[in-house]
Parts: sequence; structure tokens; C-alpha cells
Amino acid sequence: MSAYLTTANHLRIVKIENIKQETPTVKSFTFKDKLCSKARPGQFIMVWIPDVDEVPMSLSGISPHACSISVKKVGEATKVLHQRKTGDYLGIRGPFGNDFRVVRGKVMVVGGGTGITSLMPLVESLVKENVEVTFLLGAKTKNELLLRDRIQTVLSKTKGRFEITTEDGGYGSEGIVTEFAEKYLTKEKFDMIYTCGPEPMMHRMLQLASRFHTPLQASLERLMRCAIGICGTCVIGKFRVCRDGPVFTGEQLSEVKEEFGHFKRAFDGRKVKL
Amino acid sequence: MRNRLAVEIAGLKLSNPTMLAAGILGMTGTSLKEAILCGAGAVVTKSVGLKPREGYPNPTVAQAACGLLNAMGLPNPGIDEFKEEIKEVKQSETRVPLIASIYGFSTSEFVKVGKVVAEAGADALELNVSCPHIKETGAEIGQNPDLVAEVIREVKKNVKKPVFVKLTPNVANIVGVAKAAVEAGADALTAINTVRAMAIDVETTRPILANKIGGLSGPAIKPIAVRCVYEIYREVDVPIVGCGGITSWQDAVECMLAGASAVQIGTAIATRGLGVFKSITRGVNIYLRRKGFRSVKEIVGLSHHR
Repeated sequence: MSAYLTTANHLRIVKIENIKQETPTVKSFTFKDKLCSKARPGQFIMVWIPDVDEVPMSLSGISPHACSISVKKVGEATKVLHQRKTGDYLGIRGPFGNDFRVVRGKVMVVGGGTGITSLMPLVESLVKENVEVTFLLGAKTKNELLLRDRIQTVLSKTKGRFEITTEDGGYGSEGIVTEFAEKYLTKEKFDMIYTCGPEPMMHRMLQLASRFHTPLQASLERLMRCAIGICGTCVIGKFRVCRDGPVFTGEQLSEVKEEFGHFKRAFDGRKVKL
Repeated sequence: MRNRLAVEIAGLKLSNPTMLAAGILGMTGTSLKEAILCGAGAVVTKSVGLKPREGYPNPTVAQAACGLLNAMGLPNPGIDEFKEEIKEVKQSETRVPLIASIYGFSTSEFVKVGKVVAEAGADALELNVSCPHIKETGAEIGQNPDLVAEVIREVKKNVKKPVFVKLTPNVANIVGVAKAAVEAGADALTAINTVRAMAIDVETTRPILANKIGGLSGPAIKPIAVRCVYEIYREVDVPIVGCGGITSWQDAVECMLAGASAVQIGTAIATRGLGVFKSITRGVNIYLRRKGFRSVKEIVGLSHHR
């Protein structure tokens, strides 16, 4: 554990091999890194943009030859990152954190917004293990639907289902993704619910999981600094998202129910309503 | 049965000599309680000041060969919010002492914050006069024996709690500062804070930390900590808490042989996890038994005697 962490925590400089515009606001950046190629689905890295910032990012692609992150333009760091070209350099630390536990049988995967990025490597693993996947992808509008083609391709060779919902009805079914999840859960039994996305969405999924007696794993997002479990920036209750997470079980989330879905901590440690 | 690991420092009773170091977790009551559950003999909070501070932008940490660089920039929610986190720990009725690390940009700020943490239930204060990378506080106070003494005198006059003073190693003569602190009324000394340091990435040619300069912690600085504790122990009569790179029970014992009554643990939580408190305590206990010591107190400063 110790050797692993310090090795992974060393900063490496990687070259951007490829850039793909996924949506008007999201770009995927591909790079090569031995440690990231060994990452497990759900793990994240810290991405350094020299002189600007360092931000946590889920790995949206993990393969022996290349890895990727998918970045939404939301602030200063991601804006600068979006201006980077193929051949430019990035700093990375990691991979950090735990991973999704892959189960057998029939599972539901619920992704919202950019939360879909950490679910992508998971779905690839699930398909490899012949798990039957019902994938529910939600977005506000058609423009924000992310990695649609990749999910489609991965699931096409299986008996998995893929349902897309947009809140404005611009693509797929109109509505909120959790309403569709509820419909499926009412009719069918699932062995696991995996979810990543806006916290209110995951909070709703936890309620549904409990009502339908289905285990759940959710990947959380918090502000981060050290990523190695000592600075305390990313704490939720007794858990450190960087070290004990980012993937938590439904039972764990119930232990921090005063915080999960309600507030997170700002960089100064003050509580911010979600 | 008597607990051979129990120590008493400035009136605080610790069931074992391991403490959570300042700045490590410690931003919330719940994470302090978690360190207590994991076996810390005492916990020190993140440094808290009068007003909220966001701290520096990332990167705030950088891995070095045998240690860790950091320049967090004293992030904290300010004493008005943080006092609730202290109360949360004290309301759990733990017997484990809570020491509030405080900083100020003036002597009166130290006093104001000190009063609030004492009222909130902190068992002692640790004055952060050693943060290596903030202007007008931290080490800028801690490098000047007169300023250190002034802050301690005023805090002691106004706050009726034991005062620990955390010293910076970034001085030519740490013993001089230690003596000034004790003469001014410090009840205990913590040695050492991080060592001023820097890392530059060769590919991009840029300093890695956003603040460019930070503090080095971890195994790289343990020999410096041992030397500082050893030198201070010879000259002062108050208990010393060793801090800097303590990762294993051997490190803890070494620091105590140099003169530390207890040790603080920080960076090792990254490499060993929160189980590090119990594993060090267990190791020290086995060592004491094997060597025939009845109490851990018997090894404090033992290296000074033939």
C-alpha cells in the first residue's frame, strides 16, 4: 500500500495524444501512462495545468495502450485545459481512490451529466464479465449527452439495454433519469445499482435502492487538494472521498446521511448547501 | 493493570504517546473523532484563525523522494464556525485531549482565537508560529524569539489553558527560540514544523506548488526533527512533543530517546493509513516490554545518559 501510494503520487508529465470534442462543452483528452493503464474503474487522477491549477478527474478510458479524461469546461482550469492541443503536456498524479466492485448477474447503471465519465470504464468491465447491464443516461439537453456512441458500441454486443433521457425531451425520452430508474425497479429485480452524477440524483437513487432492497454503489465528488488522505478537504462525515472513496456503498452513505445530498465543504472548510 | 504507555504532558493525560499532528485532517469534528477512534492519544486540530481562509490554489502538495511538500496556505473556516467542530468532539465525551492549533496575524488575534477555542472546550492550545509559507504569521513570528515570547505571554495572560508552541526548524538556532518560548511561559514545545522547501518540474520548467515554496514533511526530515528535539531537551525543562517524519514505532522510540514525551503523526497517514496510530503504539509497547521498561516515560531523553 505504502509503496503503491508514493509511486502513484509522483507527478508525471504526459503528452496529449488525441483530443475529441464530445459535446459543445466537453472534450476528451487521451494520453499514455503505465500507472493509469493499470487503474481500476472508478479511480481518479489529479491533473496539473502548470501555473493554473490542479484538479481531480475521473478516468473515462482505461486501456493498456492509452487512457483518457473527459473534461467539461466549468472554471478557469478546465477552460485552459480546453485550449490545449495534441502534443501539449499535462501533469498527472494517481490513480487514486477505490473502485467500483463488479458483481455478477443483472445491474442498473444510472449516469447523469459528466458523472457518466467514471461509469464508462465500469461498463466495459461489466460487459467483459457478461453482466447484464441496463444503462440509464440522463442529461438536461441533447447537447449535454456524453459518450453516447461509446456506450452504444459497448452494449451493442450484449443483451444490455441503453435508455437515454433528457429533461427537455430533445433526445430519447423526456423526463428525469431517476423516474425511469424507478419504473425499471418497480418491474424488475437488479443485483446492483451503480450511479454517478449530480448528488441530488444519486441521493434519489439511494432512496430508491433502499425502497427496492437493492445494493448500491455511488461515486462521489468533493473538492480535493492532497488526494492521498491527509489534508481533509474532501471529507464527508468520517470518510475521505479521495481515500475511502470515491465509490461508496449504500450502507456507507446511510452512515453519513446528514451530509450526503445536503452539503459539501468549500476550500475553507465551511459548509456549502448542495 | 497500569498502562505503561500513558503519558502526561502539561497536565493532559494521554493513554498513549501518539498524537494527530496539526494540519492533518482535523478540519471537522467528525474527522478528529475518527482519528481518536483509530487510536490517537491526543488530537491537534487544523490551524484556525480569526477569519475564514481559502488557502492557496492547487497544487498544494508535491511528492518528493522521501517526503511530501505542501503549501496549503492555512485553509480554515474561521473561529466562529470552527468552534462548533471543537464542541462536537468534546460533546462525544471522549477522554482523548483535543489541542486547538491557532494562528494569528497579530498578538491580539492569537489572544482572540485562543479565548474562543478555550471556551469551546479545547484542552490546550498549540500556537502555530512556524508555518513556513505565509507572510506576516507562522515562521515569520517563530523565527524571532522576541515575537514568539510576546505572543506566548499575551496568550498565557488571557487564556487559562496549557500552551504548546510549535517551533520552526528554519532557524539557525532552534534552542534560542525554544528557551525564549519557555521563559515566556510555554507549557510544552512541539518540534518541528515542516522544512522550507521547493520542487520544480523539469519537463515544464515550472515550480510545482502554486505557492512555489512550501514545507517538507515525512521521512526526509526525521533526522532533523530528532536533532532539534535532542538539542532542545538539553536546555529546557518543559515536555517536548516530537514531530517530523514519524512513520514507524522505531521512529517514535528514536524521537523519545532524543527527549520527546510524545510524538505527532501526519504524513505517515498518507503512506500507512489511519491504522498508523495503533501500529506505532503496539510497536512501542512491545519494545518497552522487551527492554524491561515499566513506563514509556523511562525512555524520554534516555539517549542523553550513558
